[in-house]
Amino acid sequence: MQHAALTTEEIRALIAKGKMKDTIFKAVGLLCLAIGLLVIFLLVSDMVIRGSERLNLAFFTEFASRRAGQAGILSAWVGSLLVMTVTAFAAVPLGVAAGVYLEEYAKRNWITEIIEINITNLAAVPSIVYGLLSLGIFVYAFGFGQSILTAGLTLALLILPIVIVSTREAIRAIPAMIREGSMAVGATRWQTCRYHIIPYAMPGILTGVIIGLARAIGETAPIITIGALTFIAFLPPVPFTEVSPGVSAGLFDWLMSPFTVMPIQIFNWTSRPDPAFEVNAAAAGFVLMIMVLSMNAVAIWLRYKMRKNIKW
Amino acid sequence: MTANNASDLPVVSDRLAKNAMRNVSERLIEMLLFAAAAVSVLTTIGIVYVLVSESIHFFQNVSIVDFLTDTQWTPLFDDAHFGIMVLVSGTLVSSFVALAVAIPMGTIIAIYLSEFANGKVREVAKPILELLGGIPTIVFGYFALLMVTPLLQKIFPELPGFSLLSAGLVMGIMIVPYIASLSEDAMRSVPMSLREGSYAMGSTRLHTAIHVVVPAAFSGLAASYILAISRAVGETMILAVAAGMQPNLTWNPMEPAATITSYIVQVALGDLPHGSIGYQTIFAAGLTLILITLAFNILGQWLRRKFRENY
Repeated sequence: MQHAALTTEEIRALIAKGKMKDTIFKAVGLLCLAIGLLVIFLLVSDMVIRGSERLNLAFFTEFASRRAGQAGILSAWVGSLLVMTVTAFAAVPLGVAAGVYLEEYAKRNWITEIIEINITNLAAVPSIVYGLLSLGIFVYAFGFGQSILTAGLTLALLILPIVIVSTREAIRAIPAMIREGSMAVGATRWQTCRYHIIPYAMPGILTGVIIGLARAIGETAPIITIGALTFIAFLPPVPFTEVSPGVSAGLFDWLMSPFTVMPIQIFNWTSRPDPAFEVNAAAAGFVLMIMVLSMNAVAIWLRYKMRKNIKW
Repeated sequence: MTANNASDLPVVSDRLAKNAMRNVSERLIEMLLFAAAAVSVLTTIGIVYVLVSESIHFFQNVSIVDFLTDTQWTPLFDDAHFGIMVLVSGTLVSSFVALAVAIPMGTIIAIYLSEFANGKVREVAKPILELLGGIPTIVFGYFALLMVTPLLQKIFPELPGFSLLSAGLVMGIMIVPYIASLSEDAMRSVPMSLREGSYAMGSTRLHTAIHVVVPAAFSGLAASYILAISRAVGETMILAVAAGMQPNLTWNPMEPAATITSYIVQVALGDLPHGSIGYQTIFAAGLTLILITLAFNILGQWLRRKFRENY
């Protein structure tokens, strides 16, 4: 033994020093959390204060314009809505089908391994690369052009990993007895999936889809890359209305129309040196935040309701 | 009843025989579901194909040596230079600033939440972090340009209106939720017995957290750091808005610069004919980006495997 035994006072001093370090760290931890909260608070309050003068009904019904006072987000929020519709229609069937396959049908062989590795990798790919992929494949190779359809498909691919993972998690939460009971009365695998597994997994799947859509609605980079316009003063053609004398729009003409979305409108206004447009950017940013927050809130509420209704 | 030979087996009734069609439709449905799952593989193949094929066209006109060593990036000028290091320097500097903020802050928050915080604090902190992680990046870009830059200019009066510092700091704040939640999950999965042993030896909570829990959870922490690096390198909009889109070979964060991602956006905003050299540069830049991300992911996998602890 090299040291003499410590005296009581020395031990007490050591313990006190240790406890002080603990307290200091707790303060530092709370400080870091407070910085995060401060950032959110500063951001939201700045957008509200700066943008409040433009937040009236006219803002939502006016097109973009060179004059800041008259510029509105009509084409932007309509574009976002339409693109989200295409995204949902593409991502939900694909994602749910893929999730069902991986959970219910896939055998543990190398093909399944490759699929799972791919899904994990795709979740980490920067979003702008999805834009490049769509530019090469959807815009030029498939010939869809710079349209709502391309944008929707791009974002669908972007959120596909999210939908697949939530589908798998939702299906895994279903106890085996449901599956076994269904098989025991003679149902085939698909009948089990269609009448039992998918309906019971639906709340979890929906939660994942809404979270994915909330992410997609804020994505800017891939949409710019495929060529969404930043200044657009018209809406995609409504089906069966007149677009020019004697010509009425088809049911799917809006899919191939040029368009813009909310984040791009914000980007366009933020990039202008004219300070009057900062007000518009703040107001539009606030609207986008509200959209994203309400989607997340709906998803959280759905998750909560689902947990309450589970009877197993 | 046991079957001693084939004639003892029960005969399939007529009713079940009619359902032979079921087998066909079951197989068909399984193939459709498999096709949906295979879309992910097709996406990866598509990304690789698009990036590599356009880059091959690009490298037929520009030598790889020039691409890697030229110190100017002016692909759309008459005297075109294609030095990717200009863009890579912007990417690396902004990512470094972001990670210098995000890794300490995220790890501290994770240690605090997993080792120190009580239930009430955690209930408030989790939604704050989720909220921070859900803010669209263009809104962060707005924040960086119109709030953070003026603030920084009060501290550093010579800071230009566009800078990698301002964009990097906001990017760091954006990444904190990723690091915090993944690291916290990693730390919570460390078994209590390790902590209890440390407390039994008389160490304080902080000492246990730093010297026992963090090393034990290191593979999970490394995974979260690698994910953060990928996020930082691939981030586009904050840099496009707040760092300016001027290609500038610099290692000084107080200057404006373009990154790989903000260059792609700048080109996409303009008009580029399909097949022109300018069009091809964005794919070459994208390929570089993917290779950088891939390199970090492989490093991350290696780190995870090396430090993986089995409890």
